[in-house]
Amino acid sequence: MYPKELKYDREHEWVRLDGDVATIGISDFAQDQLGEVVYVDLPSVGEAVSTGESFGEVESVKSVSELFSPISGEIVEVNEALEDAPETVNEDCYNAGWMIKVKVEDTAEVEALMDADDYEAYIAEEA
Amino acid sequence: MSDADRIDARTAEAGTREPLTGTLIFERGAEESRCVEPPVLDVPSVDLEDVLGGHARAMAPVLPHVTEVELARHYEHLASANFGVDSGFYPLGSCTMKYNPKVDEWACRLPGFARIHPYQPEETVQGALELMWGLQEALAEVAGLPAVSLQPAAGAHGELTGLLTIRAYHTANGDPRRRVLVPDSAHGTNPATVAMCGYEVVQVPSDERGGVDVAALKRLLDIDVAALMLTNPNTLGLFDENILEITSAVHEVGALAYCDGANLNAIMGWSRPGDMGFDALHINLHKTFATPHGGGGPGAGPVAVSDALAPYLPGPVVAQRDGGFAFAYPERSIGRVRSYAGNFGVLVRAYTYIRAVGGDGLRDISGQAVLSANYLKTLLADAWPVPYDRTCMHEFVMSGGPLRKSTGVRTLDVAKRLLDYGIHPPTVYFPLIVDEAMMVEPTETESKETLERFAAVLRRIAEEAAEDSGLLHGAPYSTPVRRLDEAAAVKNADVAWSPGDGSER
Repeated sequence: MYPKELKYDREHEWVRLDGDVATIGISDFAQDQLGEVVYVDLPSVGEAVSTGESFGEVESVKSVSELFSPISGEIVEVNEALEDAPETVNEDCYNAGWMIKVKVEDTAEVEALMDADDYEAYIAEEA
Repeated sequence: MSDADRIDARTAEAGTREPLTGTLIFERGAEESRCVEPPVLDVPSVDLEDVLGGHARAMAPVLPHVTEVELARHYEHLASANFGVDSGFYPLGSCTMKYNPKVDEWACRLPGFARIHPYQPEETVQGALELMWGLQEALAEVAGLPAVSLQPAAGAHGELTGLLTIRAYHTANGDPRRRVLVPDSAHGTNPATVAMCGYEVVQVPSDERGGVDVAALKRLLDIDVAALMLTNPNTLGLFDENILEITSAVHEVGALAYCDGANLNAIMGWSRPGDMGFDALHINLHKTFATPHGGGGPGAGPVAVSDALAPYLPGPVVAQRDGGFAFAYPERSIGRVRSYAGNFGVLVRAYTYIRAVGGDGLRDISGQAVLSANYLKTLLADAWPVPYDRTCMHEFVMSGGPLRKSTGVRTLDVAKRLLDYGIHPPTVYFPLIVDEAMMVEPTETESKETLERFAAVLRRIAEEAAEDSGLLHGAPYSTPVRRLDEAAAVKNADVAWSPGDGSER
């Protein structure tokens, strides 16, 4: 449920680092808590994101929640498929349900995030 | 089982209603059809282009051309696709979808109320003013707070008005302060109101009995806190057992206690927010006093406040003057919050309701609402767990969490399936502190049989979930439209008709 090769933050985003480009999405725990995702509002390519700041919103049948960036950098790609198929976030949150790709300023920031075991312990505590 | 089989097999009870696929009003009729004939011109004809020049329309407006019977059928079709409290059981928690007595509709249509103009001289509308004054008095009595403004047009508008009044009070005392405390069980409008008034929202946790965590509240209180906004009974349908300790702690730091009166319908005639120590309260007339709502109003959210806050209320309020009634403006008023005299038609309905049932009647209504909710909660107890389970007020919150774990069926699916049984679903996913929440408010007017049928239907749906979860994921099957993409409807709203080539039919 929490792939070992990913990093996680306390706001339930995951990060997959490939060179200096980080792919970001939300965890299985987050998609499950949200319920059926009906809309994902994402920023545009070229915009800057900063650690801990909001980069978009995800709306489910329950509520609207902000998405917080686990890292700082510049957005190089956005998952436009989510516009027409937001439910992909529920169906495949770690692959097709990714949200943004960011050229990271400092890869050490990614290293400092939780690994899968720490994250699992963290959500066990939260729940 | 195919979807088609399910529709056949599972709609027997509700029956399948007419699908909403008829043509739009613009696509009906014919160019030569008319509903009304304009009267014969009996004044000199004017050449529009001479008079209006370039402002004259180049083409006639594109209006529907239908006969009266076509028009009647159009609206009848739309009405049949709708669901209201007059159609069936509507236990939409928090919203209080009370039956609206027809006597209220009669009263507000009386020509003396319906055909007056807000700019009429006051001496010609004394009856209307007296009604407003009487409503102010009645609401003040129910609230236990002496001063009332009928201006706000809805509950959230009342909240905004109440908190602006509190802000004006603090500002006049030298410091508007910075923070407003809001419990985690609050209506979403509360933090929104706080932000709109320029305050910072601070969340107060609930305790294990579903009330305010008093110790946590006390830790958060200091002289930077302007107010606590609290709904009592709260959104779990629970009366806060520590209410006096809570309001007195708030007052100790010079802050004020604001009561969200959304649930006043559970306590009217039994206990009064003023007596609980609240300084301000808004009252949803469309909930507690059974005026129409749903589908966007109009509502009314009068605000009742203490003597200390009275000078800041929005005007006009109605006052007695020279043996009659007149509009008056409180001395340090925050100003108008609504044009004219508020939603006057709603005020007439609420006043009629109050006078029709009387003080004892209001008390009986609250008592019955509470009894009905507790009866229903008990009927469902073994099938649908209620976290924070204690004697509830007018509503209670069940959790669909266990059902989801055992069957994968979510509360949303249950809600949609209820439509197939001809029942409007309860409020779902609110309050947020209950997992897969389903908030049920039967209201006082439903019969024992209706409550029992609802309980039986919910039990049956739980069985259906265990037998064939796919059935519930696909529900509803019998409604004019099925599951809609509500988010897309909002984000990509398409509300204006434009002529098509006919291919879209």
